[in-house]
Amino acid sequence: MNNEQRRKERLDRGIKVRTDGLYAIMSLRELCYLTVPRLVLIVGMLVLPLVMPSMYWQRVISIVCIYAFLALGFDFLAHFVGLVCLGGAFFIGVGGYLAAILNTFWGFPPLVTIPIATLLGGAICTLLLLPCLPLRGVYFAIVTLMYPLVLMRIIEALNILGGTDGIMGVASFANRWIEQYFVIVMVLLFLFGLRRLVNLDIGLVFRAVKDNDQAVRASGMNITFYKAIAVFVASALGCLAGACLVHMYMWSGISLFALDFSILPIAATVIGGAGTVVGPVLGCFILVPISELLRAFGTLRIVFYCLILVAFIVFRSEGIMVYGQRKYHQFERWVTI
Amino acid sequence: MNNQPILQVQEATKSFGGIVAVNRVSLDVHDGEILGIIGPNGSGKTTLINCVTGFIKMTSGKVLFRGKNISGKPAHKIADMGITRTFQIMRPYYSLPCYKNLVIPLFSPRAKRTGGWRGGGKLGDRDTVGIDILEEIGFERDSFVPYKIASTLPTGYLKRLELARCLALKPEIIICDEIFSGLSMGEIASMVPLIERLQMDGITLIMIEHRLRELFRVANRVMLLNFGEKVIEGSPEEVMADDKVKEVYFGSEEVEEVMSHA
Repeated sequence: MNNEQRRKERLDRGIKVRTDGLYAIMSLRELCYLTVPRLVLIVGMLVLPLVMPSMYWQRVISIVCIYAFLALGFDFLAHFVGLVCLGGAFFIGVGGYLAAILNTFWGFPPLVTIPIATLLGGAICTLLLLPCLPLRGVYFAIVTLMYPLVLMRIIEALNILGGTDGIMGVASFANRWIEQYFVIVMVLLFLFGLRRLVNLDIGLVFRAVKDNDQAVRASGMNITFYKAIAVFVASALGCLAGACLVHMYMWSGISLFALDFSILPIAATVIGGAGTVVGPVLGCFILVPISELLRAFGTLRIVFYCLILVAFIVFRSEGIMVYGQRKYHQFERWVTI
Repeated sequence: MNNQPILQVQEATKSFGGIVAVNRVSLDVHDGEILGIIGPNGSGKTTLINCVTGFIKMTSGKVLFRGKNISGKPAHKIADMGITRTFQIMRPYYSLPCYKNLVIPLFSPRAKRTGGWRGGGKLGDRDTVGIDILEEIGFERDSFVPYKIASTLPTGYLKRLELARCLALKPEIIICDEIFSGLSMGEIASMVPLIERLQMDGITLIMIEHRLRELFRVANRVMLLNFGEKVIEGSPEEVMADDKVKEVYFGSEEVEEVMSHA
């Protein structure tokens, strides 16, 4: 029998050791080391609409971005504030209906309705979620899952806001390029914005609320206030996604409250790598196109989709981004012990 | 010491269902003194300070801070006034490096108002201020320790980190919940001068403690709790001399037995 055991040794790369969190760039090579991954993402996303073969696939890219907003919001709330929020559909619905109302009743153009729907929607969602903020863990998750269902049934039962028909005749973007690049640039802005936010002092407070909310109270800070700010950020992201979606489809209906918008961002976060902020966006870029490709299988589509999800979770449960970051920042070698 | 106590607790009572955890306990703490609270497990020490700091609501009774009624206020408001506490089970922010742990209290309204560490001036870079506080509390500045993730630290450092979190708020009162427990004799020996220095800086301390020897060395007054009621209160010498302490800690029969053998 072979008694020799092997173990994988991991060593941080030199620049990583020296610059962890603080960049002191000393050569062109190190500059590349830091900027190339970011540039690949930014340039890649900007070029993507140009290389898509058809309008259909361009629309898929837009949908990916819609889900990316939600996944960013979910990752931020769950892994930096400690609130697992299943209310993606709620945010989409509120933002979407607000944009549709502003556009059809008052005739505001999309580039006006979207910012208003984002901010106002964020405020409305935060106000409605305010009573639930003292809840933690699975309780908060369950309550947020209820919100979209409640709103959907209210619209259906009272037959307001177009009832089951929805609001039709919403204006579209001026042309499809504006539509494409608007969502892509927004995703990039919020991606890097959130990464900056969680490392600011207020971001540290958010992370502290996740780690230990009692200690934050003992430090003389109102945790409900900070949770409300975080929920506002995440729900504004969701409302932005909803508003864009409504202007893309030129229609707003109760299907905006569909469970997809709550669940798919979570799957994307798990696959992409939780707590990395970039990971969830990558997760969306994998999951949504896969779901489109699988349309060829007809009704078996969901089966294959589930198989792929299961495979990811079983074999790469840490997420692509966490795996990738480790490979990028560390040397690995086998050593015998 | 002036006559107005900095903190007064009047007839504090807390009952959980039928169990009365704290029963009509009154105490006065004067400016700049160290009050020790002792008592066997389950005697209501931690519940009492949870009531004082607003982490749980009192069933009845009153807490006065500099003559102002603060009972029923939320915990963060009470901390904002300058009554800070450490936790018996340490509550650091495990995923953050030590000095980043202090950014959170330094970000609080109180720290912003009081203008930062060592008084006066605008609060500078919170990271730097955090490392300063850590050094003051016994983290070696030039070592890796202040930069390590809090979850990798041993108990001794975590206890100090708890104290540092209180200090970052520039408190008037620090309530230490078993700051010595779980520490080695060496660690305690280095902690005692720290407590004495805090007192010299004019901070009032309330210390819940099981380590009676060290507590009696630093405390000005000691109070004994048993079954949620105050048994005796007095100077450490008085309390040490009192038979009731042995009775509470060892049970009365045993004391009689020991006495009869002697």
